Amino acid sequence: MMNWTLALPELVLAVCGLAILGIGVLPKRNTFFPCAMAVVGAFLLTAVVTLGVPEGTAFGGQIAADAFSRFAKVLILLGAAAGVVLSIDFNAREGLDRFEYPVLLLFATLGMMVMVSANDLMALYIGLELLSLSLYVVAAFNRDDERSAEAGLKYFVLGALASGLLLYGSSLVYGFTGTTNFDSIANVLSDPTKASSGLVVGLVFVMVGLAFKISAVPFHMWTPDVYEGAPTPVTAFFAAAPKVAAIALFARVLGGPFGDLAGQWQQVVVVISLLSMVLGAFAAIGQENIKRLMAYSSIGHVGFALVGLAAASEAGMRGLLVYMAIYLLMNLGAFAVLVAMRRQGRAVEQVKDLAGLAKTDLGMAVWMAIFMFSMAGIPPLAGFFGKMFVFKAAVDAGLWTLAIVGVLASVVSAFYYLRIVKVMFFDDQVGAALDPRPATVSLVMTASGLFTLLFFLYPAPLVAAAQAAVAALLG
Amino acid sequence: MAVSLAHFLTVSAILLVLGIFGIFLNRKNVIVILMSVELILLAVNLNLVAFSAALGDLTGQVFTMFILTVAAAEAAIGLAIVVIYFRNRGTIEVEDISTLKG
Repeated sequence: MMNWTLALPELVLAVCGLAILGIGVLPKRNTFFPCAMAVVGAFLLTAVVTLGVPEGTAFGGQIAADAFSRFAKVLILLGAAAGVVLSIDFNAREGLDRFEYPVLLLFATLGMMVMVSANDLMALYIGLELLSLSLYVVAAFNRDDERSAEAGLKYFVLGALASGLLLYGSSLVYGFTGTTNFDSIANVLSDPTKASSGLVVGLVFVMVGLAFKISAVPFHMWTPDVYEGAPTPVTAFFAAAPKVAAIALFARVLGGPFGDLAGQWQQVVVVISLLSMVLGAFAAIGQENIKRLMAYSSIGHVGFALVGLAAASEAGMRGLLVYMAIYLLMNLGAFAVLVAMRRQGRAVEQVKDLAGLAKTDLGMAVWMAIFMFSMAGIPPLAGFFGKMFVFKAAVDAGLWTLAIVGVLASVVSAFYYLRIVKVMFFDDQVGAALDPRPATVSLVMTASGLFTLLFFLYPAPLVAAAQAAVAALLG
Repeated sequence: MAVSLAHFLTVSAILLVLGIFGIFLNRKNVIVILMSVELILLAVNLNLVAFSAALGDLTGQVFTMFILTVAAAEAAIGLAIVVIYFRNRGTIEVEDISTLKG
């Protein structure tokens, strides 16, 4: 008897998605707003269902429900719901209020959920493609805008290449272990003589494909262009939930089936983590477009998170999960501010457009300053604790170089975060004031800001949940 | 001479490299990039089927079926994006895709 209830969250979300698609297309009038609300409701319902799912594997070992997938799914659903809420006002003003938008985000989220609970290379691939195909479309969603179309095209080409490399790696792993199931791969590899060079080549291809998806250097080329060209709420969505999902998948693949090959993948993770931190710190300095700046910032954050994975220890994995949770929540707040940036009805996205914000909208300027300080890693804000967890794990694992370069990179990146604070508080306003911010933006910004500000008072629940997730992953 | 697993793997490695070079060295046309992506996926399919036959295990062929299906969806979305790009710019030359940079 197959235990299909383990996949109940995915099934609920898929059925909701199909129903919303039907409801969206039937009436003659515009159904963007009701569909968006229904999608947010579906996310919250799915999150509740996720919390009640028992543990185990289902569908012939394709899907695993455990504390790790539960942790990642709740974060993903939270990030995705906030992403939809942020788009409501923006899309209506930009003429992007078509009901397909929230439905595409719903299917992307479904893909992410399949990804993080995948227990087989096949389920991994299907989840990843469901996510990627939806994201290609939303990147090009503003189809009359040249930059949005170009962002979609670039994302598609590089994303398809990444999927191809990931698949080539999967095929080699299948060929050299004789199975695609994660548990069986782990069994085969517990015998060190089975780790042939062909298998290691396959593992490296899989890592390259996943590094593309988390935009780690040297596979980050698409990120700045896509972040800049896509409509701002789409960028906000990209930077939040899919990043958490891809990092969680990366951790599951490396920590689960290839856990016994840690000696092989650890060096690769150390290198991409170092490069991502350094590039994220230096390349963002000269950026004038704030979405492009946030793209480099997110590359840097992926580098910091990978420090935890490079440690290849329980503490390191826990640090990675805590870092991604904090990154998700503070990033949503920062992007809420970017979504609110419009002047006389037109969306603006240069750093200098924030000049003098403290005089016209002090609340937004203060929250944005908190997000920037948190991303720079200044205590006692949440971002500091994320960095502390991963760096401490790296030091305990003897990776001194990585920890020192990480601290130096975070000092350099503080420069551009603080520049935004300086522009908001001390520069003179150019042109008219920014338009008043919509209520949806205030909601996401305040919720995210309160978390960032007050995390240090009560970090125990998040750390305990991450600890349980890691225990399930490393078994 | 019998065709062995190594022959299949060599052919598929060559197809993969052709596909990757097709994406990065091609300076002409986006359609060629789409063709290169398909070439990469075909290399993977050949690999999987060859391994499946050599191992006497059906998983690889099931995987191939999934990849074929997803590749069809991927090509449809890729062509749709190329069409909206063409409507905006009136060209699909690879060298012209450079509005976003920095």
